[in-house]
Order: sequence, then structure tokens, then C-alpha cells
Amino acid sequence: MGTGTGLGRVRGLGSARSGTHHWWLQRVTAAANLILMIWFVVSIVRLPIVDHQAVVLWLKSPLVAVPLVLLVLSTFWHFRLGLQVFIEDYVHEEGNKVAALLLLNAYVFLCGALCVFSILKIAFGGVPA
Amino acid sequence: MLVSILHRATGTAMAIGGGVILTWWLVSAAMSPDAYKIFYAWIVQSDASSPHEGLQALVNILAKLAGIGLTWSLFQHMASGVRHFVLDTGAGYELKTNRVGALLTIAFSITATLVVWAILLTTGKLI
Repeated sequence: MGTGTGLGRVRGLGSARSGTHHWWLQRVTAAANLILMIWFVVSIVRLPIVDHQAVVLWLKSPLVAVPLVLLVLSTFWHFRLGLQVFIEDYVHEEGNKVAALLLLNAYVFLCGALCVFSILKIAFGGVPA
Repeated sequence: MLVSILHRATGTAMAIGGGVILTWWLVSAAMSPDAYKIFYAWIVQSDASSPHEGLQALVNILAKLAGIGLTWSLFQHMASGVRHFVLDTGAGYELKTNRVGALLTIAFSITATLVVWAILLTTGKLI
């Protein structure tokens, strides 16, 4: 925020008219990812086996399904922001950039929705263990 | 410099590789035991009754290498992310401190990856 007019600096908007919103959400989701990913790694390491029955029984607990849904939302949101900057930095041709950003959003929402729906289906007893 | 580039590279690797594997894992678990069996045979342990057993065994090895790579990516990205939080406060920009911080992220990521995979492989869960 070192450039721009005095008023622009006070408002903190910048050329994209969104100020520090993108930067801030990247940090908020990063903090959530830090906690949720440590939980996830410890849980996976502690699961005795990873066969179908074990995974379904594990996901049926609200104390697993809810953090896992939050983990999917937080990490997918975080990498949507991160890859958006990645694309803006390295894809300079306008048409390719728009196409890459659309593809990114399609990927994030398709996979994110599949993950959340799958977790909830198992958690609500939709899959016999 | 290196750690900054690694932050982007590991983030991108997890977003694409980790995102696809996590989605396949959860969707197959939510579909049926048979769908999960296909995921399991290709990623974890090849299925002796499958006509693709040989190929699956090869993919299993590649999947383990990818898994080790993704685990390291997670810990490297996590450590350099925490380092970013410190830098965001305006601290740690002195050349020596900055360099030590960068090296610590690599020391942490390699150590944590070795610990996790030592546990996974010795408990026999993935063999």
C-alpha cells in the first residue's frame, strides 16, 4: 500500500478496488488450514487401516465429518486465491488468463462440491459400513 | 528466494495433485465398497483378482512417491506459511534471521515427512 494518492491509501482500495480483502482472506484461510491440516495428518496416521469400512465408520462421527468439511472449504478457498495470483502472475495473454481463471473456478467448485457432498452422504448414514 | 518459489510450487502441487486424490478418495468412499476397491487397488495396494494387477502395482509405487512428495509439500508450505505470518508482522527481515528462518522451514519439512512416512510404513497400513 505504498503507492497511490493519500486518500487512496486511507481507503486501502488500490487499482483493483478490493483493497486488502484478497490478502486478508488468504491469511484467514491459512490459519484455519494450519489447524485443520495438523488434525487431518494426525488422524490419518492414527487410523489403524484405510479400508472402506474403516473410512466410512470414521467419517460417520460428527467430530470427523465437520472438521473435514471445514478443511475442504478452507483449503479449496485458499488454493483458489493462491492459484488466482499464480495465474495472474504468469499468464499474460488476456484470453488465456480469463480461460485459466474460469478453469480454476470450475475445478475448485466441482471438486469442492463433490468432496463436501461425499462427506455428508457418509456422515448422514447414506453408505452402509 | 528458494523457499519463496517452493511455497508457490508446493501450493500448486497440493492444489492439483492433492485436490484430485482427496476428491477421488471421498467420492469413491461415498459411492460403494466396489468403487472404493478400485481407488484402493490403484493407489494403495494392487488387487490380485484384477486384470490390471501389474499396472496397478507400478502405479502403487508412483502413488507412494507422489504421497511422499505431497506430504513434504504440505509441511514445506505449512512452515513457509507460518514464516510468512512472522514476516507479515514486519519481523525477521534482517539478512541473517531471514536466512535462518528459510532454512528452518526446509529442516522442519524434511524431518516431519520422514516421521510421518516412518509411521505409515512401519505400521503396515500402506503395504
